[in-house]
Amino acid sequence: MTAATIAGHEVLVNDEGFFTDPTQWTEDMAPELARSAGIEELTERHWVVLRFMRDEYFAKGTGPTVRLLGKSSGVPIKELYELFPGGPAKTAAKIAGIPKPRGCI
Amino acid sequence: MGPRTLSKVRGRSDSGVMTPRIVILGGGTGGTATANRLRRRLAPGDAEIVVVDADDRHVYQPGLLLVPFGLATPASLVRSRRDQLAPGVEFRESEVDRVDAARSTVLLAGGDELDYDLLVVATGATLAPEETDGLCGPGWMDSVGTFYSLEGASALAGALARFEGGRLVVNVVDMPIKCPVAPLEFCFLADWFFEQRGIREGVHITYATPLDGAFTKPLAARALAGLLEDKGIELVTEFNTGEVHGDEGRMVAFDGRELAFDLAAVVPLHAGAAFVGRSEGLGDDFGFVTVDPHTLRSTVSPKVFALGDAADVPTSKAGSVAHFEAEVLVENLCLALRGAAPSASFDGHTNCFIETGHHKALLIDFNYDTEPRPGRFPARLGLPLLKESRLNHLGKQLFELAYWHALLPGHDLPGISSPMPTRGKRMATPS
Repeated sequence: MTAATIAGHEVLVNDEGFFTDPTQWTEDMAPELARSAGIEELTERHWVVLRFMRDEYFAKGTGPTVRLLGKSSGVPIKELYELFPGGPAKTAAKIAGIPKPRGCI
Repeated sequence: MGPRTLSKVRGRSDSGVMTPRIVILGGGTGGTATANRLRRRLAPGDAEIVVVDADDRHVYQPGLLLVPFGLATPASLVRSRRDQLAPGVEFRESEVDRVDAARSTVLLAGGDELDYDLLVVATGATLAPEETDGLCGPGWMDSVGTFYSLEGASALAGALARFEGGRLVVNVVDMPIKCPVAPLEFCFLADWFFEQRGIREGVHITYATPLDGAFTKPLAARALAGLLEDKGIELVTEFNTGEVHGDEGRMVAFDGRELAFDLAAVVPLHAGAAFVGRSEGLGDDFGFVTVDPHTLRSTVSPKVFALGDAADVPTSKAGSVAHFEAEVLVENLCLALRGAAPSASFDGHTNCFIETGHHKALLIDFNYDTEPRPGRFPARLGLPLLKESRLNHLGKQLFELAYWHALLPGHDLPGISSPMPTRGKRMATPS
């Protein structure tokens, strides 16, 4: 765990850059986190996903998988990959300030 | 005979009090073990136990992996569900329409109602290949198969016997799936199968997984990735399958990556039983029943419990989990029957043999808090963990006998119980 400064706030992240305490996250950190993940501008569609990520995390204790995002966030999977290239669940979790989704085993 | 409400014919004890009824939906591994353990614990007057299932075919699911390679026949894996239940457990063959938790009633497909004092959902997971574009299209059950059903495993046996060379892709569409190590075992057994047929050099085997490694738990992921590499099996990670085109021999991930194949063994998306989705509040978005991961009691209804693949708990969907959960669940059902709070706690204990071919297997043992670690199971003189050995392969073979004759009847296996043992494990040293 290391301390990082994001949008002027000091927060704790793990070695992969995921927040360890989601309550430290504030909305003004999202644009900077998004730029680090290669996303220049956050649109309203991005925010639909980010809010869903946080709601799910606080309701269930883990962020959603891509499949759940596709089923329940209101954003289809193809669009999720356009919004968050690489891996929507992981990238959106990082920007939304929640730990890496567990991915059930 | 017209519809009837079973509650009307329910037995009464000498004092005239209605005998409580425990209804168990699903006569698979978890449901059967729970019913039989309960029957032994409770006198006939303490509770009626009713198991409901849509059919009378109990499939030994670990055997499905062996069918494609001719190492087991489909018929040898199936027995009567009814015959696995102890005397004094009623078996009802029926589809379930839905559970009305507010009325403590199960509505059966024919219109009958079955009211309960306690309900156990043990209906496992179902396959949802139709949720992946093209998967059920041209080539399904031919150039694209799955070993997760009896029919699919048999079709793959034919396809593998005819396979003369080319690209074999083993693909997991997305988690959660039953027995998450099974697709890896399929890769290892395919490697061995082609070697025995003398055509291994002409076969390119790829394992494509949505995970970011061969497995999720770091130590096991490393060991399994090493085995894939040793056997010349390509590992493709973070592959989230979007489309499968059997006729064109290609699958496409949502991020645009493509894999070509001559034969694909696909593990389709899983969901809970359909009736869970029709039962308000009972399950999550995929139809798995939301329960407390330790007590296994539903988060929405105190009279409802779930175990096995049907439950949404953060561990593998595996027979060993259902077995270990059954021990805890029976304690909690007995407590609940007396009106006490469920206090027995499941630790997430999971135990999986991983067949690696050449008469060898690997064994992993873990729980919610401890990842698979090296050492021995269940104690210092036991089976080697996280390491290939002939002893583990023998263990997996003997397990089939233990399954029918000890696990389903609900007997304790010597030295193996619900809490994960730590005696033989090399545990992490605090850093």
